[in-house]
Amino acid sequence: MAGAPLILLEEVTKVYAMGDVEVRALRGVSLTIETGDFVAVMGASGSGKSTLMNLLGCLDRPTSGHLLLDGRDVSKLGRDAQAQVRNRTLGFVFQSFNLLARTSAVENVELPLLYAGVPTRERHWRAVEALERVGLGSRLDHHPSQLSGGQQQRVAIARALVSRPRLILADEPTGNLDSRTSIEVMALFQELGRAGMTIVLVTHESEIAAYASRVLVMRDGRVQSDQRRDPLRAVVPPEEEAHP
Amino acid sequence: MNAFATIRIAVRAVIRNKLRSFLTTLGIIIGVGAVIAMVAIGEGAKAQVEKAFASMGSNLLIIMPGASVSGGAMGGFGSQPTLTWDDLKAIQTEVPSVRLAAAQLRTNGQVISDSSNWTTSITGTTPEYFDIRNWEMSRGAIFTETDVEGGTKVVILGQTVVDKLYGPSADPIGQSVRIKNIPFQVIGVMARKGQSPIGTDYDDAVFMPQTTYRAKIQGSGLRNFIPGMIFVGASSPEATARAQIQIAQLLRDRHRVQAGVDDDFSIRNLTEMASAQQEGTKTMTTLLASIAAVSLLVGGIGIMNIMLVSVTERTREIGLRMAVGATTRNILAQFLVEALTLSIMGGLCGVGIGLLVANRLAAKFGWPMLVRPDIILISVGFSALVGIVFGLYPARKASLLDPIEALRYE
Ligand SMILES: Nc1ncnc2c1ncn2[C@@H]1O[C@H](COP(=O)(O)OP(=O)(O)OP(=O)(O)O)[C@@H](O)[C@H]1O
Ligand SMILES: [Mg+2]
Repeated sequence: MAGAPLILLEEVTKVYAMGDVEVRALRGVSLTIETGDFVAVMGASGSGKSTLMNLLGCLDRPTSGHLLLDGRDVSKLGRDAQAQVRNRTLGFVFQSFNLLARTSAVENVELPLLYAGVPTRERHWRAVEALERVGLGSRLDHHPSQLSGGQQQRVAIARALVSRPRLILADEPTGNLDSRTSIEVMALFQELGRAGMTIVLVTHESEIAAYASRVLVMRDGRVQSDQRRDPLRAVVPPEEEAHP
Repeated sequence: MNAFATIRIAVRAVIRNKLRSFLTTLGIIIGVGAVIAMVAIGEGAKAQVEKAFASMGSNLLIIMPGASVSGGAMGGFGSQPTLTWDDLKAIQTEVPSVRLAAAQLRTNGQVISDSSNWTTSITGTTPEYFDIRNWEMSRGAIFTETDVEGGTKVVILGQTVVDKLYGPSADPIGQSVRIKNIPFQVIGVMARKGQSPIGTDYDDAVFMPQTTYRAKIQGSGLRNFIPGMIFVGASSPEATARAQIQIAQLLRDRHRVQAGVDDDFSIRNLTEMASAQQEGTKTMTTLLASIAAVSLLVGGIGIMNIMLVSVTERTREIGLRMAVGATTRNILAQFLVEALTLSIMGGLCGVGIGLLVANRLAAKFGWPMLVRPDIILISVGFSALVGIVFGLYPARKASLLDPIEALRYE
């Protein structure tokens, strides 16, 4: 697979038709993302970041252009084929965590495996493994309401990891977290990046973007700049160490 | 995703909102409960009526001389004999759906034993009569064809007569009783039959060969005519109505009744009388059936309503499930199974309540408690159907949500 990029976008546009008005959310984006990249997407509100993420996440289809994921053109897939791609190749982390209420951490993490048809026992140990990896091995049976915001987001990351995806997509994953917890989450992403996972995350904060190895700035539905640089290493301040 | 996981998710969702689920399924509970109670009542009453009529004889037709109704009054049946012994022979031999036929000649008279006496009904007939009426002996034997031909002086006693003349546990076989001052030998005792549907005691009777009856009890009369009725046993329950029509035609021909003129005899079909008796329970059954239909409809709408609420409440959950890989079918199945779980749980509760009500009613009216497993299966199956029919729209709605919008839903 050397040489073939994980993600390839060619002149991708997205137009929303709002009655008579057309909203051109993406106006021609061409882009490649290699396996192992840790990309931060920045840009003003309304610049098309979420729209781009939805396309990468196979939750939507481009109006024109091509989108290749792992060498496969996914720009014209049907609903269920998209669902399959999401299940097998992608992991999502959301700003608002989106955990199932009144459901234990393990069961939340098991969810993608349930739709992949993984047998019960394997589902369980893989979920436990993923939770241990994000440092929540002692919170397996906690419900979301019994976890802090940072812990909830780590459960969500474990859920994104559990199906061993090629790509993790995170739209403002630190948007609901304080700065200390944000660093914790970024440290976790960096760790995953070192393990070879490809990560694309959207953020408004340059402090957060600093932890990524590549920063993409969007403006008016176009890529304004695309820079690689040495990432800042996320180190959780040692004082008031409070986690598990 | 496997079926077991789908069912687990659905059962959990239902249990999570216990009160809401219960209230939602109330319609189904009442509907199914009504069906179960209704069938149990119908069956119980039917069994009771059938039991009463079965004691009268199986597939029984009774032919009486004279027109059935004259001026609204039961104008003296038998007072004017129109049925002949040749008619009886013709019925026995010429009507294929007739299994057996026998004459019944009857009067009241005193029966005297050595120590006491008792006034009872005295019947002259032939051995077939006991077969037609399903009557069996507890002691001794039925008189034979030879007894009929020879006009022997033998009698069979009903248990009530035995009780009155000899005492309940006595064995009167071989004893002699006097009727009209003529000694008769007791050769049999009938097994206890209890009461007829109109309350007469079947066991308060004595029986003898019809020839003996005509010679010794009845005295002289019209030799060719039967001074009584004819009992007919049809070959099967289905043949009973056919036999009735065939006998009527035969008798009209034999009696040369002109077209348009009323029959000079009447035929009673006991199967028909039995169904008439069941008419009474029909009103109640119809009432319960309408309650059931309305309740199931309301129950279905309730399920649809609550499933729509549930889909709206869990829009984000649906979006998330789609994001992590749930297909249209996965979501459709999840909500359909949830609706199904609701309706089947409702159905099962309904069965429980229905059985309870049926049990109470059976105890109150003295019916047998008849549980029909097929009806239980059908009603639970029907509730499942209600769940599917009314759960389909909400489930489809859920499965067609746009994942992006669903995830963003507040
Ligand atoms: N479903 C939609 N229908 C119509 N217009 C839409 C829709 N989704 C997004 N848009 C429009 O597309 C443009 C890009 O939106 P997008 O959500 O991608 O912005 P964003 O960069 O994520 O902004 P923010 O930083 O505020 O999240 C906006 O003008 C938005 O109004
Ligand atoms: Mg956005």
